[in-house]
Amino acid sequence: MPYLPHTAADREAMLTTIGASDMEELLDQVPTAVRSKPLLLPAALSEPELLHELDALAERNTRSAGPRSFLGGGAYNHHIPAVVSALASRSEFVTSYTPYQPEISQGTLQVIYEWQSLICALTGLDVANASLYDAATACAEAAMIGVNATNRSTVVAASTLNPMYLEVLRTYCWSQGLQLRVVMAEGGCISPSSLRATLADLGEEKPAVAILQSPNYFGLIEDQASLAQITHEFGALYVTCANPLSLAILAPPGEIGADIAVGDAQPFGVALSYGGPYVGYVAARESLLRRLPGRIVGASVDNKGRKAYVLTLQAREQHIRREKATSNICSNHALCATVATIYLSYMGKAGLLEVAHLCLQKAHYAAERIAELPGYGLAFEAPFFHEFVVKTPRPGAVIREALMERGILAGIPVDGQAGLTYGLLVCVTEQNRKEDIDALVQGLGECAA
Amino acid sequence: MNPDDLLYASSHEWVRRGDPATIGITHFAQDQLGDVVYVELPVVGAVLSAGEIFGNVESVKTASDLYAPVSGTVVETNTQLVESPELLNTSPYDKGWLIKVKLDNEEDLGNLLDRAAYETNVAH
Repeated sequence: MPYLPHTAADREAMLTTIGASDMEELLDQVPTAVRSKPLLLPAALSEPELLHELDALAERNTRSAGPRSFLGGGAYNHHIPAVVSALASRSEFVTSYTPYQPEISQGTLQVIYEWQSLICALTGLDVANASLYDAATACAEAAMIGVNATNRSTVVAASTLNPMYLEVLRTYCWSQGLQLRVVMAEGGCISPSSLRATLADLGEEKPAVAILQSPNYFGLIEDQASLAQITHEFGALYVTCANPLSLAILAPPGEIGADIAVGDAQPFGVALSYGGPYVGYVAARESLLRRLPGRIVGASVDNKGRKAYVLTLQAREQHIRREKATSNICSNHALCATVATIYLSYMGKAGLLEVAHLCLQKAHYAAERIAELPGYGLAFEAPFFHEFVVKTPRPGAVIREALMERGILAGIPVDGQAGLTYGLLVCVTEQNRKEDIDALVQGLGECAA
Repeated sequence: MNPDDLLYASSHEWVRRGDPATIGITHFAQDQLGDVVYVELPVVGAVLSAGEIFGNVESVKTASDLYAPVSGTVVETNTQLVESPELLNTSPYDKGWLIKVKLDNEEDLGNLLDRAAYETNVAH
């Protein structure tokens, strides 16, 4: 048993020193009634046997179809450069824990500081934290910042948020005794008049924060400048939830009036891994710095005047403030944030722009070709980045199954959502070659009836 | 070192009588807190209730709530503390004052401690 470091001789020596003849005697203080019963587990396997068993389990999974995957909806299929895993799998990154002791953790702290800086650059906001778990909880954290900053208890969220993010928001609001009001979409987007009406209808129950996703769940770009302005008129904070890759092309949240930006940096080199772990981000205006949840790395100087990094503003956190902390989060997704930081450093501005442009152009090529198919069409008119909804002649779920048999993951069924009868949410990235897109189009055409 | 002319709360706030009254934290409090880095104060116009939390002082090692020693309305806050929170450490009874309050009821002051009582019972 290679993971237990003590030999029988070690154990015997320890027992002798303690004065117990065996383990049973050592534990005789534990009442018989609460002792664990023998566990009905199979016997331990040898290493080769174990590998065979794990291989058999792995065989039962369908691997992501790579270039033939058109799945999006919050988890995106992008190329991960080899340098990313080569660097991120270094033991210094993989095994290190929270850098509470700056004197031995400058490397870890610097990487996180770079991550924070990159998030600020992408979002156009002043401050960012060391990362959160995922976009869903990041949205909830943004809601809490808004509630605490305005001292109000109503959270307004767009119906065009990823349904999983909305569900998590609901849970947080329920547990914190807050009201959650959802603004309904028209034509796949939140119209300014719709938001205004929802906020006005609240009356005395003033809004703390409005949370919009752009590009939204259906891939569409929301009219954020107007929505932010209206939100501010009602004295609430405006939150953008954004795929950070889209920020290479779209106006950053800081420029369109957002007070807080959140999202998931999974597109930056983080493997799909059957749903996670991914990495949430949060950035905000400087005035909200002290309300940011989680870890924050700051740059300072040591006692010799050398640049040094350190966890800062810890007095807001769990381990100091307990129930009065800004949040219950007491960690971050350091390794995933490290991966994203390596990816961004490697790609650089130009590389990132190129990835974003490839996604944009390929998605629009795909959309055009699909729209030409009899029985199909684009569901919405608003502009999109790399995801879009197609109206389908049969349930999206049925079309998806049919295309899976051809080895194509056609998209996420959105039957009955956003006023559609049948539909499919299709995502195209730099991973999808022209022949893959053409195969998708052909497959859709052949499965129409 | 605790001025004679002030009244004290057992939660380490002091009150200087006047119209409006001035409120701050004691030498003991700032010493326990360590280097103050940030002070969160109520807005002018905020209504305070004696015994309830009205703000927060953050130091390098902790964040501590401020409790209102009296009930009243905030008429002024020490804006110097935004740039210089360390005034709470260097001058807790003078330049490091926190807020000025128009009292609801002068009788609230009767619930506070004089210097001797504060030093004996609380700040040892």
